[in-house]
Amino acid sequence: METSPAIPVKYDMEVVRWFTIMAVVYLVVGTLIGVYVASELAWPFLNFDLSYITFGRLRPLHTNAVIFAFGGCTLMSTGYYIVQRTGATKLWSNGLAWFTFWGWNLIIILAVITLPLGITQGKEYAELEWPIDIMIAIVWLAFGFNHIMTVSIRKTSHIYVSNWFTMSMIVMITYLHVVNSMAIPVSLTQSFSIYSGVQDAMIQWWWGHNAVGFYLTAGFLGIMYYFVPKQANRPVFSYRLSVLHFWSLTFGYVWLGAHHLQYTALPDWTGSLGAAISLAMIIPSWGGAMNGMMTLSGAWDRLRTDYILRFLVVSLAFYAMSTFEGPVMSIKTVNALSHYTDWTIGHVHSGALGWVAMVSMGAIYHMVKKLWKTEMYSDSLVNVHFWLATIGAVVYVVAMWVSGIMQGLMWRDYDEYGALTYTFVESVSAMHPYYAMRAIGGIIYNLGAWIMLYNVVMTVRQASASRSASPVPANA
Amino acid sequence: MSDHDKIYSTKLQDKIERSTVLLFIFVAVAVAVAGIVEIVPLFYLDTTMTHLSPNVKASQKSAGDTAPIVWDRKAGQTLDDWKPGDGVRPYKPLELAGRSIYIREGCYLCHSQMIRPFRDEKDRYGHYSVSSESMYDHPFQWGSKRTGPDLARVGGKYSDEWQRRHLGHPRDVVPESVMPNFFWLDNAKVDAGNVADTMKVMRKMPFYPAPYTDADIASAKAEVDGKTEMDAVIAYLQGLGNHIKFTEGVNYRD
Repeated sequence: METSPAIPVKYDMEVVRWFTIMAVVYLVVGTLIGVYVASELAWPFLNFDLSYITFGRLRPLHTNAVIFAFGGCTLMSTGYYIVQRTGATKLWSNGLAWFTFWGWNLIIILAVITLPLGITQGKEYAELEWPIDIMIAIVWLAFGFNHIMTVSIRKTSHIYVSNWFTMSMIVMITYLHVVNSMAIPVSLTQSFSIYSGVQDAMIQWWWGHNAVGFYLTAGFLGIMYYFVPKQANRPVFSYRLSVLHFWSLTFGYVWLGAHHLQYTALPDWTGSLGAAISLAMIIPSWGGAMNGMMTLSGAWDRLRTDYILRFLVVSLAFYAMSTFEGPVMSIKTVNALSHYTDWTIGHVHSGALGWVAMVSMGAIYHMVKKLWKTEMYSDSLVNVHFWLATIGAVVYVVAMWVSGIMQGLMWRDYDEYGALTYTFVESVSAMHPYYAMRAIGGIIYNLGAWIMLYNVVMTVRQASASRSASPVPANA
Repeated sequence: MSDHDKIYSTKLQDKIERSTVLLFIFVAVAVAVAGIVEIVPLFYLDTTMTHLSPNVKASQKSAGDTAPIVWDRKAGQTLDDWKPGDGVRPYKPLELAGRSIYIREGCYLCHSQMIRPFRDEKDRYGHYSVSSESMYDHPFQWGSKRTGPDLARVGGKYSDEWQRRHLGHPRDVVPESVMPNFFWLDNAKVDAGNVADTMKVMRKMPFYPAPYTDADIASAKAEVDGKTEMDAVIAYLQGLGNHIKFTEGVNYRD
């Protein structure tokens, strides 16, 4: 972990504070939009015949808000935090870090304006139009360059494992974003992908799965490898396991995109290759999850009192669960049932709500205490948030498992005369109770996010109040 | 010094961990391999595309099937000279306008356009989809979720009037539907200039450019003049899936 230099390092933490607060704000907004789009599927009158808020336009706003607004601010706040503290150095450029803060938030505002207007490239998780795509590339490269340069000016001999993961994310997301977003513009607000059909599908899911693999997994594993040991106050369980975890994940994850296209017009060899590597990925994923879990060896009793640790441990449990589920769903016979159904949505959300968001919440609570040098305004509210997040995620995921498997079974069911048993719309109406249940799970989860926002805001206010009452040196 | 500085696995790993440049290079190479192996061949292997695949050609030959996969357009023919079964062709101007609206409204988020080779999908939607059918689709519209049914072969399945009523107020036609109402598409006219510009862009594509003639692009204005966005979406849907005449017994996928 970090060394303790003789002279305390003056870190650049103001930008980290702002990214942290914005992450919490976007968590509330992103999950709120998610609740709304989920409700539109259960009660379609909620579309209110307003083009701007129909499901087809709001759903990309939900995914962009949770992935790029919440996820992005979390990654940049923790990225800048970890790289300074593990390297015992200030940022290479504090100014460039502020540029990434304003740039990233400007991109988010542009997404909020353009997506409800129907301005989209029509590629999932890469909907934003070409001028915004160029801004994303510039801000992302600024973040990446600043991060890697800060690694290079570290005072420690070795690069800490969290920063390996962050570096792999920076490199891979740059590849993916640039290649997948290649398009020819018709106007400032409309463009079309240079790829078509089968090649476009493969490139899109190479992007789609690695946005998950590198942005939502590698980046957040960097968070895990720093904050789990810090919060548990124990060293990482196994250094060798982290080396294995890192290289096999970095090399292996990239192959998986093809498993989104089983039985499509993509050639069989590509899908089978994707599925084979997907199965192999259980090993590094579980190795990593075990590495995080076992870091708690000798500190398990702290789960009774340390609510932040609870977030981190449950996130690892969800990580292990969804990295088992993913390979299973990539097997062709399972995929034949699960593809096109809500099971996929459930799988994504067990990863997103259970793993990505929970590990972020744990990290953010940890950081808030350190960044503002204070205790939380309310520890019991952290505990309430923990239970709301856990229950909300479980309700959501269970609803989608049931509805997904039911859809898959209804679509392929034949009656005794050899005719399809169900019309398509019968499967739609059978989904209604589960769509309502999913919306309720989302509401529970969103409620937790509001509590987190309240708790963080009150903590910050409390810290600034006590600081102005009795000024202490702010050597964060 | 922490534990981390004392233990290392191999000399190479230790070297990498001490050097930002080495770590960067090893990572950049490790993540590049899969894309090169899985994606690049899709651009040059003939077996990727139905109309180029020698195996499909052989299968067609042995079944005595002469139906073209891709439309062989003769000089002087217009897009309107094409008939269903003549093979895959680029979108007509009004269809292309409808496709842009389909993308704008995020239809692909709930409707797939990719039929898998299963008995139930054949019975429900029709012949399985083949790669050449989406060769002019920039971007592809295969989708990933069926909140609503697959649309790959919806063309001609319902009348224009049914489509108009259903798109406008889905629950008037299908009470259990959860689709939003799109009656407001009737209130906007298609922008002819935009359609012509889109056709020019499609013709410029580096991969599978749409072979539009200058006359095709010039015809766009007359084709879409006075049409509403609703008309365009209906034209697009009615043109889906009937390009190739499939023959029983031919293996169209490798």
